[in-house]
Order: sequence, then structure tokens, then C-alpha cells
Amino acid sequence: MTFPALTPLLPGEASGPVLQLSAPLSFWGGVDPATGRITQVRHPDCGRTIGGAILCLPATIGSSSSSAVLLELIRLGIAPAALVMGTPDAILMIGCLVAREMGWAAPPAFALDPAGQALMPGAARIDAGGNVSPLS
Amino acid sequence: MSLALTPEETRLLAGDQGEGMALAMRVITETARLMGASRLVPVVSAHIDGALYHGDSGTLFAEHLVRLGAKLAIPTTLNVGALDLACGAKTRLPPHQHDMAYRMMRAYEAMGCAPTWTCAPYQAGHRPAFGSDVAWGESNAVAFCNSVLGARTNRYGDFLDICCAMTARAPYYGLHIPENRRAVFALDCSGLSPSLRNSDVFWPVIGTLFGQRAGTDIGVVLGLEGCATEDRLKAFGAAAASAGAVGLFHILGETPEAPDLATVTGGQDIPVVPVTAAMLNAARAGLSTTGETAIDAVAIGSPHCSAEELLELDRLIAGRRLTRPFYACTGRHAVAELEAAGRRRALEQAGVTLVADTCVVVTPILDGVKGVLMTNSGKFAHYAPGNTGYAVQYGAMAECVESAVSGRLVREERLWS
Repeated sequence: MTFPALTPLLPGEASGPVLQLSAPLSFWGGVDPATGRITQVRHPDCGRTIGGAILCLPATIGSSSSSAVLLELIRLGIAPAALVMGTPDAILMIGCLVAREMGWAAPPAFALDPAGQALMPGAARIDAGGNVSPLS
Repeated sequence: MSLALTPEETRLLAGDQGEGMALAMRVITETARLMGASRLVPVVSAHIDGALYHGDSGTLFAEHLVRLGAKLAIPTTLNVGALDLACGAKTRLPPHQHDMAYRMMRAYEAMGCAPTWTCAPYQAGHRPAFGSDVAWGESNAVAFCNSVLGARTNRYGDFLDICCAMTARAPYYGLHIPENRRAVFALDCSGLSPSLRNSDVFWPVIGTLFGQRAGTDIGVVLGLEGCATEDRLKAFGAAAASAGAVGLFHILGETPEAPDLATVTGGQDIPVVPVTAAMLNAARAGLSTTGETAIDAVAIGSPHCSAEELLELDRLIAGRRLTRPFYACTGRHAVAELEAAGRRRALEQAGVTLVADTCVVVTPILDGVKGVLMTNSGKFAHYAPGNTGYAVQYGAMAECVESAVSGRLVREERLWS
């Protein structure tokens, strides 16, 4: 089985369980910055935790403070292992850019359309070139 | 597409004007590269959403900028902080968080931001000219700035906003480009009853429906000519930007880039979706998260109440005493107008807690974390359950007042049938 290749936006390597969100999410008002848990009660994945996951986001919506929530998750060491976005979202990536300015290790970010996201394995390693291999 | 910088921009990036400016240019140019921008665009004002405390990281970044000598190049207003410095509403933040939130607010003031502390800066005198490029954060402010004022901004995330304010530049992509501002779909409200279209309570609901349909697309709403007011457009935009990634909306005949269908679509044929009562009722039902009719608290003011809305609240209370905690979130600009009108004391004596500089959904002000919160705001309805733990009932401002007097949900259904 071949897996989709991701387009690197903010390069880096990552591995971890793949968490595919089934609906768009606003990090601000949707993710607790202290725990990484999804708190938006209308979101189908409410209650799940995004820390350490390769987080596949079909789309991002809502608040322009989502960058601040991601920055806090990064500082606390509970950010996703990687962001995989249907459309490159400036708001989230700014959280990563500022983290790098502050000397905090930020997750890489990749672009992959929602159809490709659906083909991701349950747990994966992504190399710096965006190539996906399954983790057993 | 590669990013081309002017010689001056290249010098700023190299640290010619200090490390603070270089940091801001790094963040802006990297964002520009990621978003496929070919150049930067000069911006004439900024609105900063980055001064709300979500954890120590934001405070540490703001103080890092201050230490690096950050100074602003353009007029810049501040969105809400986590503390009420103007009216003294009590925030239940633990001491460390309280201290860090305060330090963060002071750091942004130290950089030269105007201490407006409001999510409705456009009602506090910050109104950039039609067609001008600006860099605004806060999703409702972005939507209002683009849609109602006709100035041009993307949805600038926290921290990019302050970098734009320091450099007077932003990545040139998205809504800065005129061709990207055209509507690609329409919602047609002309089949709905005139009395519904002319009521305040309709606007957050149609805004929610619009945001759900839009995602990141630009749309236009038909059939609302003569029904819009500034506060209704404010409520629409806030709800739309909560339910979708809406940075720009058009209301035909009401917003400045939609004088007629040909102009707003650029002459293209676009799909037109008729809005039915059933669609509207589904969107309205989604704004409430409970069937419980005992009301524990009421919150209005997302976006921040204008002075007119506070005076309307005063008229609706009509000298009665509220039996439930009632929070009216607003900016210090509107509190000053309320005081000038001589009505602040009456409102507070009736049982209204004025919350300025912040709001009950972004910082812990509400007592306890269980119960039912009633609101007339589509944005509060969207975010309150996750942020506060309260379940939500949505209704008109008048219904919020009657419910706060009686303690039970009072809501008129006839308008919606």
C-alpha cells in the first residue's frame, strides 16, 4: 500500500498516532491550552487530546487566537507531533513560527487535501520530505 | 512564486533597525512565503488580538518584544485582555495567571498600542478608510473591517498582528487582493418574513448559517436591503466568523462592496441558495445546547455592546430588578458614553454587571461552571459551552432581560414560524 506524500510547509520529521478530525476546528475556544483536550461541545471529536498526535485538519475555522493556543501547547510540550492541513492556515503556522523565535521546539506542518488525509495510516512516521510510512 | 522584498525591507530583515524589527520581519516574510505571497503590502493601521492571556507563552513573547525595543509604526488598537482594568469586574484567575495576564496587557501598552481593550474597535473610533490595507486580528473585527468598512485585511492571527504593527507591512495575499473579495455564492433571504428580517435576533442566526455554508469562501446575502443596522452587521459577522473562517461577507445593498449583484460577483454566475424557515430554525436550534428552562445567568456583548445597545438594555429593564446575574460586556468607550448619558448607575442598580476591557467567555468571571447561560450573541452561544462549562440558551436581548427578571426562559417562538 502506498501512502500519500505530504507537501512540507514548515519542514521537520514527526511520528505518532494519526488523529483525523472529522470537522473543522478553531483551536481557540476548541482546545484547552493547558491540556490539549478538544473542548468544543459541538465538535464530533470533543474530549479527544491532540498532544503527540499527527493531527489531520480538514479545515480550520474561527478565532484568530488559535495561534496563541498552539504556542502555549508548544511551550508546555503537549502540542501535536505534526500539523497536516487541508489548506495552509496562516493562523496556526504563526504559532509555530513564534515558538521557533522563542527557542521552543515547534511541530512541522504539512499540506494534504482531505481526500489524502483519509488515506493516512493509524500511526505514522513522516520524514522531512513529507513521505509517510506506517508505524506498526 | 517567490517573495520579492524592497531594499528597505531587506535591510529591516537584516536587523538595520534592531533585533525587534528583524524578528517581526522574519515572522512576516516566513508567513508570506507559506501563503504564496509575491510581496509585502504597506498597511496603515493594526488591531491586536494577541494581548489576551492563554498561558505564559504569550506574555513571554510580548515581554521578549519589549526587551528587543519593539516600537509601532502605525496607529494600533488593542482587543480584549483577560482583566477588567476599567470597571473592575472580578476575574477569578489564580494569582500567577492574574499576574501574567496583567504583565501581558502592560507589555502591549508599553509598545505603544492604544489601550482600547475592545473587540469592537470600529465603534471606538478606529475606522480605516474604504479600500485601505490594514492588519487586524480578532475574527469579528476582521469581518467588520473588511465587510462594513471596506478596508482590506486578512484574518491575522495573534502575534502576526503585532509584527505588522511594528513593520507597517503585511503579506500581500488573500483579502488584500481585490479579485479575491468577490462573492462566489449567495444566500437569498427574500422568502423570509419582513418582521423576522427586521429583528435583531435574526442576524446572529443568519450569520451562523452563512458561516457554516461559507467555510473560507466569500458569499453575499440577498434580500436584506433596508434591514441592516451597524449593530446587526456586527452581530452577523461575529456569528459567521465563529461558525466558519469568514473574513469578509457581503449584504446586497447594505455593505459597500455589494451595491448590486454584478459588482459583488465580478459579473460571474454564482449559485444562489434560498434560505428557508427550516434552515434558519436548524441554525437557531444549534445555538442552544440545552432544553433546560431554568436560567442561571445572562451574558450579552460579544462583540462588545455599543452605547446604543447598553441604552436599549436600560430601556428594556424599565426600572425592574433582575433576579439572575446579568453581565453586559463592553468597551471603556461605551461605558464613558453610558456615564455621559447618566444611565450607568441605574443599570448597575438593576443588577447588571458591566464588564469592560474583557468578556465573560475569554476569562473566568462567571460564578461556578455549571448551569444555563442565556445570551443574544451568536458568538457567545458558539464558544461559551467549551470555554465556561455553561450550557447555552439563545434568544433576543428583550428575551434575555425577561428571563433574567423571572429566572425562567422567556422566548417568543411566533417570529420564527
